[in-house]
Amino acid sequence: MIVCDIFNYHMSIDLKTIKHISKLSRISVDEKKAEKLAGDLNSIFEFIEKLNELKTDNVQPLTSVAETTLKLRDDEVKSKNLREQIIKNSPQENEDYFVVPKVIE
Amino acid sequence: MSDITKQSLSELIKNIKDKKLSSTEVTKAFVERSEKSKELNAYVTEDFSAAIDKAKKFDENPNLDLKLPGIPMAVKDLFCTKNVKTTAGSKILNNFIPTYESTVTQNIWNEGAILLGKLNCDEFAMGSSNETSFFGCVQNPIDKDLVPGGSSGGSSSAVAAQLTPITIGTDTGGSIRQPASFTGIVGLKPTYGSCSRYGIVAFASSLDQAGPMAQNVRDCALLHEVISSYDEKDSTSIDFKRNNYVKELTNNIKGKKIGIPKEYRVDAMPKEIEDLWKKGIDYAKDCGAEIIDISLPHTNYALPTYYIVAPAEASSNLARYDGVKYGFRADGENLIDMYEKTRSEGFGAEVQRRIMIGTYVLSSGYYDAYYLKAQKVRKLIKNDFDEAYKKVDAILTPSTPSSAFKIGEKTNDPVSMYLNDIFTVPVNLAGLPGISIPAGHDAKGYPLGLQIIGKAFDEQNLLNIAYAMEEKINFKNKITDWWIK
Repeated sequence: MIVCDIFNYHMSIDLKTIKHISKLSRISVDEKKAEKLAGDLNSIFEFIEKLNELKTDNVQPLTSVAETTLKLRDDEVKSKNLREQIIKNSPQENEDYFVVPKVIE
Repeated sequence: MSDITKQSLSELIKNIKDKKLSSTEVTKAFVERSEKSKELNAYVTEDFSAAIDKAKKFDENPNLDLKLPGIPMAVKDLFCTKNVKTTAGSKILNNFIPTYESTVTQNIWNEGAILLGKLNCDEFAMGSSNETSFFGCVQNPIDKDLVPGGSSGGSSSAVAAQLTPITIGTDTGGSIRQPASFTGIVGLKPTYGSCSRYGIVAFASSLDQAGPMAQNVRDCALLHEVISSYDEKDSTSIDFKRNNYVKELTNNIKGKKIGIPKEYRVDAMPKEIEDLWKKGIDYAKDCGAEIIDISLPHTNYALPTYYIVAPAEASSNLARYDGVKYGFRADGENLIDMYEKTRSEGFGAEVQRRIMIGTYVLSSGYYDAYYLKAQKVRKLIKNDFDEAYKKVDAILTPSTPSSAFKIGEKTNDPVSMYLNDIFTVPVNLAGLPGISIPAGHDAKGYPLGLQIIGKAFDEQNLLNIAYAMEEKINFKNKITDWWIK
């Protein structure tokens, strides 16, 4: 379906790359899952490579669909006493703090 | 009054205002039908007894000046609802109870509507068939074991099956329009910036928009009028003059110029879709519109662009699910191990796949080749539309390249699943409004939709064209209640 051409410089994503991305994404993967992901990602990137057919050197990237500038507002506190609400959904809480596994030995 | 659930939103409102029906009667009718329809798996969370209580309270002192007086309504489980569980179809948010309300749902309750429950969707709205939901797939009321589309699959199923008179979904690449098309209902994706994104579980922030899903165009216009508002809590919300979309609704579209983009004639387009499109052109002509051939030359690049931009933004948005602040947490030997196990066990396969794609295209050494490249192509796609809108008022295309498919048919091939959104994705990339209206059936009797794409902030014109065409098409959904024993 996707025609390979001279612009196509995609290298296939190997298991080492999958391990690297998994580390960056903070998602653990075992060997079996890594192989499945490599297969899926390669077919998706083969599809994405179609963009290399287009020359875009002189095109400005789109940063916002709405051509408006962001509104400025006064820097003032509008919500107060949210501590209880913020902590309410945490998987493990201790009084006013989020609890995480020990990080300092 | 019998057959309450068969009434359109506009009829229900009239009957409540004329005191022919009470909110309690209406709410009970939808609750009863929803109770009998569990096989559809449209709901993730039911809030039925609270809904009936709220309806009774409404009836004690009814404010009939509101736009949605005592109308019960279920919403997609991507909208945060205060004190009601909001899962986004994910295990990682399985126990999340928001302490705040999304702006869009708040607008709805402010006009007198009552929450019935939260509707199933693809996990974090990533999917085109509702099969990625942690809570299982949803049945399409059109036929057994047929997908309702996605990601707003619970929403489309619930409206088509009359479990709710109307609903809201979200649309990042077609998630309102494609399921609307698959179930024979109307779905509108508004202009980016028209509806606030505050309190909607984020997927791809530069593409996400909330929008109405309804049985007809008038109901759709009414709900759009309620949900569209400027909101300073969303920095991309746009302050423009919003119409009274229902009051200004007209079927007079004489002389409107409607563009037909030749690039949407994709390879291997089924004849049924081609025929539907031709019929749509005839309907538009019958309404007095002028048909003009146009070109959107970068159409073929929209999907590859989308599958860089959307996962990139998703990988960034979903970094917040770390097992610390809310949601599911897996045990780990240390902090990093806890993060990695939480995200590996808490996210489903499709979400993990997209986080990985997004992380890769944003990672050092690849950013320019992928993300920057995609943002440049996105600009070209938007330019195509800008150019076309110098000649036409709206654009007519099919909504999807096929009718609904069977559950399990495409789950092993992500790219073939992605191709479903080929006609809807360009609209999100350009930030434009698009509406899908039911327009016919295929040989199997499954509904097919036509998409009308408008200029930015021109929802009124879009709704008018849809309204005029709806009248000519005179579509009747074929639903047999097969799931009710």
